[in-house]
Amino acid sequence: MTNPLIKVSGLTMGWDTTILLKDASFEVEQGDIFVILGGSGCGKSTMLRYLIGLEEPMAGTIEINGTREAYLEVGRPPYGVMFQSGALFGSMTVGENLALSLDQWTDLPPDAINAIVRAKLRLVGLTDAEDKLPSELSGGMKKRAAIARAMVLEPNLIFLDEPSAGLDPVSAVELDELILSLNRALGLTVVMVTHELESIFAIGKNCIMLDKTTRSIIARGDPRELRDHSEDPRVRGFFNRQPSSQNIPPPAPTAP
Amino acid sequence: MPGTRYALNQVESGAGSRSLELGGVLTFAESGQLWVDLSKNLSEVGQGQRIDFDMSKVEQVDGGSMALLVQLRADLHRRGASAEFVGAADQIQEIIHLYRGDVRVGRRNKRRARSGLEQVGASTLAILAEFQQVFGFFGQALLAMVGVIARPGTANWKDVTPTMEKTGADAVPIVILINFLVGFVMAFQGAVQLKQFGANIYVADLVGLSVCRELGPLMTAIILCGRSGAAFAAEIGSMKVSEEIDALRTMGFGPMRFLVLPRTIALMLVLPLLTLLGDAVGILGGLFVGVTTLDLTIVGYLTETQKALDAWDIFSGMIKAVFFALVIALISCQQGLSTTGGAEGVGKRTTSSVVSILFAIILVDAGFTIFFHAFDL
Repeated sequence: MTNPLIKVSGLTMGWDTTILLKDASFEVEQGDIFVILGGSGCGKSTMLRYLIGLEEPMAGTIEINGTREAYLEVGRPPYGVMFQSGALFGSMTVGENLALSLDQWTDLPPDAINAIVRAKLRLVGLTDAEDKLPSELSGGMKKRAAIARAMVLEPNLIFLDEPSAGLDPVSAVELDELILSLNRALGLTVVMVTHELESIFAIGKNCIMLDKTTRSIIARGDPRELRDHSEDPRVRGFFNRQPSSQNIPPPAPTAP
Repeated sequence: MPGTRYALNQVESGAGSRSLELGGVLTFAESGQLWVDLSKNLSEVGQGQRIDFDMSKVEQVDGGSMALLVQLRADLHRRGASAEFVGAADQIQEIIHLYRGDVRVGRRNKRRARSGLEQVGASTLAILAEFQQVFGFFGQALLAMVGVIARPGTANWKDVTPTMEKTGADAVPIVILINFLVGFVMAFQGAVQLKQFGANIYVADLVGLSVCRELGPLMTAIILCGRSGAAFAAEIGSMKVSEEIDALRTMGFGPMRFLVLPRTIALMLVLPLLTLLGDAVGILGGLFVGVTTLDLTIVGYLTETQKALDAWDIFSGMIKAVFFALVIALISCQQGLSTTGGAEGVGKRTTSSVVSILFAIILVDAGFTIFFHAFDL
């Protein structure tokens, strides 16, 4: 049995007196497409920030590749990250955005860097965007460019924050297919936060569901299994798009 | 009721129980009047009484007036009375339900107002925390600079020259204009006094010394604070709110080395040079006044200036400029990096960076003046 790629034990997320999640533990195996689910405001994107290391846990540990080493700011990171907005550097062209990490963390000559940049852009279907500024791209193109940037150092792990949110249905499906084929062909492990049920069922292999009220993980496993067999009404409600009674009033009682 | 399309009738239906018959069209446009009418009507309802809002004759109701009716109902419940909507047609009932006019009224959590003392305490703590952050940041910057001196390859040198161009070359016209006018005004003000003693020529001393020792460095720093300090804070602030700083960190680049140091180095190189230019132009401003209004010759004015100034006067101004540059770059970057909360946050931090920089520049300047005076420099 191989060691898990990400091992989270006893994680407590929050700040000051606000606690988002208490004592959560889970593991992500190599080659997984792992989805973090939950309603708005339950801390999905925050969870991603903890996994990346942008936030310090109140309690518990997060290990990637068996270590707690911090990569932020100091070294070549073993993972790629796509932020929700893309977070491309606005003062650089798309090509320069991709070349930045290659320039810093490899000894490749400039023409090899250019070749890799072009290949990565081709991979996400942005062949003619190399010399454009991020402000000239549409939302979907920005997300794809950000995925290309996250992939540029050939990491074996990639974090995606709502990759298909705000995309038209066709682009969303294309993006799902891209993620799936990267996972199949390269064994890339994907950890993503998403709301899109189609996306979750199409590509998600494993998931955890966070709950705001109990501040805990209320479900874990294969999303399709959970949809069909979960006993928990909150989990079934989420997968079957049934609002829970706390948020929206139930349908009006019919007048006698 | 004249001018309104709704009707309001009150029916007593037994001890402690009343029915309010609403009818007609309840729209948002008339909801103000409705609110006043109903509030007046219900002002004396108290503990234990029951009010029914009879909706059976209502033809139409919209969200605005429904929201007010639901609020009135909740208020009645909180006063210990009970109130319900009754007799509504299906469609009206749907709206009542949508606005939660048919659910139990919960207790409202009262927010405790903070006392004056508490507010003063909280603001003081916030200011202290801010100071701590600023000094912490200065410390980090210092460490990063030492790190870069030890290993020059780790700095982002590529950004230094473009930043120098933006903050230096592009600022030349405004630096020239402002410093010329400062010299000009100094000479004019001085001339009025000195003329009385026939000491016209000493205008050259006055302008030369005050511009080189004090006004040149100060005015140039203030210009750069407005131009570049604000620009750095806004640029880094918007990078922060659009997650670009986070992206940078996850890619293994520290914002300190990647963003702050190149800007600091560029400003520290550029500001002394601009100050030198400002000094020269300030003296020219004085010369212009001297020649046109005080009957001085160009050669006479310049010779007097040369006699009045020694190298230290100019050099001390440039030393100050280096520190001003440090203050401008570090405060603006620190403010930019502490931005939170979207576009409004960027604006707030930009403003506060300019104010803090101006304050810090004056403080540093005063410090230098005392230091130079104490050591007779």
